[in-house]
This record gives sequence, C-alpha cells and structure tokens, in this order.
Amino acid sequence: MPDTFSLIMNIFGMFVVTFGIRFVLYARAHRIQLPIWLEESLAYVPVAVLTAIIMPMMFMPNKQLDLSWHNPWLLGSLAAFVIGLIFKKPLLTIAVGVVVFFTSQFLLA
Amino acid sequence: MTKWEAMRFGALVSVPMMLGNLPFGMIFGSLAVSQGLDPWVPIAMSLFVFAGSAQFVALGLFAVGTPILIVIFTTFIVNLRHLLYSADYMKYVKHLPMSWRAVLAFGLTDETYAATKPYFVNGKLDETTGHWAYLGSVVAFYTMWNLTTIIGVLAGELIPGMSEWGLEFAMVATFLGIITTYLRTSAYWISFAVAGTAALFLYQLPNNLGMLLAALLGVLAGVAVQHLHARLNTTKGDQHA
Repeated sequence: MPDTFSLIMNIFGMFVVTFGIRFVLYARAHRIQLPIWLEESLAYVPVAVLTAIIMPMMFMPNKQLDLSWHNPWLLGSLAAFVIGLIFKKPLLTIAVGVVVFFTSQFLLA
Repeated sequence: MTKWEAMRFGALVSVPMMLGNLPFGMIFGSLAVSQGLDPWVPIAMSLFVFAGSAQFVALGLFAVGTPILIVIFTTFIVNLRHLLYSADYMKYVKHLPMSWRAVLAFGLTDETYAATKPYFVNGKLDETTGHWAYLGSVVAFYTMWNLTTIIGVLAGELIPGMSEWGLEFAMVATFLGIITTYLRTSAYWISFAVAGTAALFLYQLPNNLGMLLAALLGVLAGVAVQHLHARLNTTKGDQHA
C-alpha cells in the first residue's frame, strides 16, 4: 500500500482530473456554440453511454460471456427490459428487474 | 416551479437510482478497508473525487502500488465520458455564474445526468429552474454516496461477503428503466444495439476504454440513422411535389 503522503497526492490528482473533465466545457459555456451536428449527436448520449455501461454487467457478470438461463443478471435484465419497453415506467422497470434478479439468484444458488 | 420545488423535484427523481446506488458506496467503503487502506482514504475519495467507477478502479491500482501518474491518467480515461454529459448540459448552465457552474460540474455524475436528462428533454425542466433541480439531484447523490461510503467502511469487517451479493444489480435495472423510455425510434434502437454489442466485444480493453468507444460508436450509429431517415423523407417529399 502507498504511504499517507502519496495517497493524499493520488486523491488530489484524481480530484483535479475528474473535476477538470466535468468543468472545462461549463467554464467556457457562454462562449462556445456547439455545431449543429454535435448537438444532434448529444441526443444519443444517454442511451449509448448507459447501455455501454450495463451490457457487460448483464452478459458477462463473471468476466466472460454467459448466455445461459443460469445467469441471474441476464434474467433480471431481460425482465426489466421487456417491462420497460411495454410500460415505459422507470420505477416499475426497476422493481420487476430487481425482484426477478434476486429470485433467480436465490433459486439458482 | 419555484427554486425549492425544483430542488425537491431533482432530489425526488433521483430516489430510484439512489436506491440502486446504495450498495455501490457500501461495497466501495468495505472493499477499501478490507484491502488494508485506512478509513480516511475511501472517505476522502468519496468527498473530493465523487466518481464511483474511477474510485473502484483506483482501489485496484493502489493495491498493486501503481505510480501516481498512471492512477491519474487512468482516472482521466475512466471519467472521459463525463465530457459528453457536460457538452450536452452546457446549454443549461451557460447563463449561470462561475461558482454555480463549478458546483454543478463537480456533481456531474452518471446518475445525476441520467436522473435529470429525461425532464430536460420533455420540457419539465428548462434554464429558469433546471439548475435548481440539477443541484437537488447532486446534493441527494453526494449525500448518499458519502454516507454509504462511511457505512461501508464501518461495516467492512462486519459483512465481509457483501460485495458478492449482487446488490449492484439495482443499478443495471435503473439504467434499463431510463434506456427503455428512449427506445421509441429506429435511430435510438440502432444506437442501443450498436453501443451494447460493441461494449461486449471491446470489454477486454483496459480502463473502461471499451465502454467509452462503444458509447461513441452508439452515438455515431444513432446520428447516422437519423440522417438517413431525414434524407429518405426529403426524397419522398420531392417525388410527391
């Protein structure tokens, strides 16, 4: 493990880059006018980014592709996905997904 | 909406994801102390860095004694997706004083973006009160993240197997709840399919790079389909005219 001083420097460095990434465009927001093509692209950011974050969690919970019905992550996600598509109600989607996930994890254990 | 109503609204729409997030902070706190780090380390990271996935990655790097420049560079790559969020939200903060923008930037996490974005899209939030709702969401997630980190630190020794319970599934379910509300046009479906497939194929790349590339490909695919549609429609229109 690193010593106290280097831990402090590490955390400080992490703060600087994380905040820097989040702030750099905000700081210039009143001067920058984004081109139209970029504005259009940003509409797809939520779907593309959130999907890219969760897909590996769903399909490879143990770091490799697991398409079997023994995979509770996949079962819970599929249930949530179908319910989400039909009802478009996030709270319901979450509830059904979580129940299916924990039930199948319990039954498959 | 008054500013207080907006703040409360922002916190309220964050509640489902806060529940989904509960385990992350606890797992983070308990994982850190179980690795032999002093309690102040995870607590300081949650207080100052406030970026879940980067904090988890850093724990792994600390454990193998990674040099500081690599830790910082890795953090940069892992968090680069937030640049996309800030590009999208620039238009809602550009009229605000710099101090406001700094606070909102500090709190621009996946969760706050995901929780507030649908309401900027449907017009419920705009530039008059949107930043108050955004702030409400930030305060809610920040409080939750720091409290759960502390709980995890304290519970670390009590419940050692907690990180294997699969509590993080709540996050997957929450994101699916948001993604499915968007899947109304073919452009969004294609964006979803491309980002998802690419994320699986590129998973082996280090430092969440695969995720970042997959997200960019998904965005490109969505725009491409949208343009293709627009072009097809104009040609049809020309024929009728």
